[in-house]
Amino acid sequence: MNVIIVLIIISVLVAGGFLAAFLWAVRSGQYDDTYSPSVRMLFEDKKAKSDKSNSKD
Amino acid sequence: MLKNTSESIPTCYHCGELCEDELIEFDDKPFCCNGCKMVYEILDENDLCNYYDLQNSPGINLKSRNYEEKFAYLENAEIEKKLLNFSSDNLNKIVFTIPSIHCSSCIWLLEHLDRLREGVLNSRVNFVRKEVALDYDPAQISLKAIVELLATVGYEPEINLQNASKTKSKKENRTLYLQIGVAGFAFGNIMMLSFPEYFGFEGLDDTVRTFITYINILLSLPVVFYSANGYFISAYKGLQQKYINIDVPITIGIIALFLRSLYEILSQSGPGYLDSLAGLLFFLLIGKWFQSRTYESLSFERDYKSYFPLAVARVLESGNEMVQITELKEGDVIEVRNQEIIPGDAELMSASASIDYSFVTGEAQAIQKKQGDYIYAGGRQVGSAIRLQIKKAVSQSYLTQLWNNEAFGEENAYDSLIDKISKYFTIVVLLIALISAGYWYVVDSSHILNAFTAVLIVACPCALSLATPFTLGSAMTILGRHKLYLKHMNVLEKLWTINSIVFDKTGTLTKNEEAKIEFAGNDLSLIDKTLIASLVAHSTHPLSRAISNHLTASIEKLNNVLNFNEQEGKGLSGMVDDVSIKIGSAHFLGIDDTNQDIGSSKVYVKIGNDFKGYFSIQSSYRKGLKGLIARLQKTFSLSVLSGDNASELDNLTSFFGSQTDFVFNQKPEQKLAYISDLQSKESQVLMLGDGLNDAGALKRADVGIAVAEDVTAFTPACDAILYGKNLTSLDKYLRFAKQTKTVILISFGISFLYNFVGLSLAVSGQITPLFAAILMPLSSITVVAFATFAVRFMAYRLKLV
Repeated sequence: MNVIIVLIIISVLVAGGFLAAFLWAVRSGQYDDTYSPSVRMLFEDKKAKSDKSNSKD
Repeated sequence: MLKNTSESIPTCYHCGELCEDELIEFDDKPFCCNGCKMVYEILDENDLCNYYDLQNSPGINLKSRNYEEKFAYLENAEIEKKLLNFSSDNLNKIVFTIPSIHCSSCIWLLEHLDRLREGVLNSRVNFVRKEVALDYDPAQISLKAIVELLATVGYEPEINLQNASKTKSKKENRTLYLQIGVAGFAFGNIMMLSFPEYFGFEGLDDTVRTFITYINILLSLPVVFYSANGYFISAYKGLQQKYINIDVPITIGIIALFLRSLYEILSQSGPGYLDSLAGLLFFLLIGKWFQSRTYESLSFERDYKSYFPLAVARVLESGNEMVQITELKEGDVIEVRNQEIIPGDAELMSASASIDYSFVTGEAQAIQKKQGDYIYAGGRQVGSAIRLQIKKAVSQSYLTQLWNNEAFGEENAYDSLIDKISKYFTIVVLLIALISAGYWYVVDSSHILNAFTAVLIVACPCALSLATPFTLGSAMTILGRHKLYLKHMNVLEKLWTINSIVFDKTGTLTKNEEAKIEFAGNDLSLIDKTLIASLVAHSTHPLSRAISNHLTASIEKLNNVLNFNEQEGKGLSGMVDDVSIKIGSAHFLGIDDTNQDIGSSKVYVKIGNDFKGYFSIQSSYRKGLKGLIARLQKTFSLSVLSGDNASELDNLTSFFGSQTDFVFNQKPEQKLAYISDLQSKESQVLMLGDGLNDAGALKRADVGIAVAEDVTAFTPACDAILYGKNLTSLDKYLRFAKQTKTVILISFGISFLYNFVGLSLAVSGQITPLFAAILMPLSSITVVAFATFAVRFMAYRLKLV
């Protein structure tokens, strides 16, 4: 098989991986609110115990 | 940091307002009211003062708020069930809409509610939608307690029947993002794989070339069958209604591109135009995204329902029970507590009531009612709890009837500019395609299909359909910075044709704030004040209410009035404590009025036979109103509608001159009829109003703008919301809106030019894939760039940016 065909397949697959990541990001609601995460990460949090379960909903 | 023009008055540490009325020092910090101080105390105790570090004075002003018993209805299990998204024994999930979320401190505090109260498990703010998603443990804390907690710290959630039915718009928005992502992915990859083709690279052997074209087909399938979905559906729906919208030529273009490419690739006669296809959709969808951006956190659709409580206390022999207001029947006795809304037309059973109709009429002062009085739905009781007997169910009440009036629901039929053009555009394109096919049929029949599809492809109105969203979208953003929030960009198009403007008086031309009152004459004794207050309490005239408000603080009680008589536009008379008392205009009291000055009204007082003096009431017209009216009068015909009587006619004439049409004593349905009447005389009407009583007129008018002091506060259904203080720049905004039309027309010109160049090549059958791949993005980008910059330039010239 021509090597260029293999390369094309790999490149399309890699690009497809990024597409999948984007689709996942949209579906999980990361584009719903584009402001508060930018502020939230700057908060100094004294207790961090309830933070793990946040990303699910 | 804090700009404080008046040095002597400190600003509140919590909310940042001037401590004008009272000043409370606590912890070496100034506070403007007890509410603000209390929030500070709560936060201080719980070690949450970080709130104040993130932003200066982030708090919400808590003056004159009262939450006692207001949320009692949340104890009703059925209502709770409706509101909750998820519920179990130890975990409940709920989403609140909180309009007062406005800064990073708000986010911080709301996401640390768990520190404030045991039982709150987790809270998450969506800033854009002004929502808080909250998880709590119902075993430890009740829903009512949470809402009260939020309310006491200044974040009162908006809970109403409409919240109870959840929205879907979130999903739709996500679909658009997904479609853009898919189209962008395909566009980039197909284009990259087509590079050898563009540069006429000869070294490729045929297997590789065929392989690339097949991969391209594979990549384009999701674009055609997923990303382009919306256009197919819209075009189909349009055609079903025998109507050619802009999506019809787009759909034809997409199908032509796809089928021709498939044919070329499968017959191995060429590489196809799949790159252009994916690019086309990518650009189109970005335009659509731009168009779909709206002010999500603002509500333009609110009707009376969103203002009503979910439930009310019904009085039974066995005690009170909370019932949903939809279940109220005629004859039920209900108890309405302080600050609660009366849900249905009812008769007052308690001795007296003080009803604030501000959300129906826009008038801030409360009206006194006696036992046996008929009370319309929508009023808010101020003071102690009252009992009422329901006379009409909620669905039958005056307010609901009014709202369901046919004209209210009727949307004005409206064609956007692009829809008007697309009809002719499509027909012309199809004609050109057929003619060129006919020409080639005679000359060289092998070129027929080639030329026919090339015309359809090149004529696909991508740039054309991008011109409107980008022009109007940028204009909308600029207006938003001046606190004129448009519901949708179509509103701008409707503003182009406006030629008459109708103002509501109260709350629009005047401010809702209290009028400044001074008494000139002999000092009034407590007895005199009581007499006057007792008399004016029975009148709904705005001046009476201003006086009533002014006096209430300094008297102990109101006395009974006998022989009460109100002569409209003149004054009041009656007997209080066996003393006859007359209040009103100089003429009414038989006195000579010496100096009339504009901008204030005088109310003379006569007790017994003694002339006591007069109240001078400063009108509360907005600053700069006169200039605005003068500028608007040059281009628009103006009218003023008012629910009040003609007492303000003199003041209004001094602002508007004699040309303007003033109409007084207008009920909501009459306001609506007035607008319809103007429209039947070929006028395009812009209505400005504020209260629910203007709602019909706002909806009926070609454009209805709600004027609000606080943009997050209640506004009736409308096309746009304007911040009250910016009303005086209305003429600028209108001029700016009209200029966007020029920008759009020029953008159309540019895209037609591209189409013309493309078409002239297409009919001669000379179009190559590379040419198509360059022309299409180039035309789109030029149009988008031109539209965006031109709008900013126009705004710059009007000093809007």
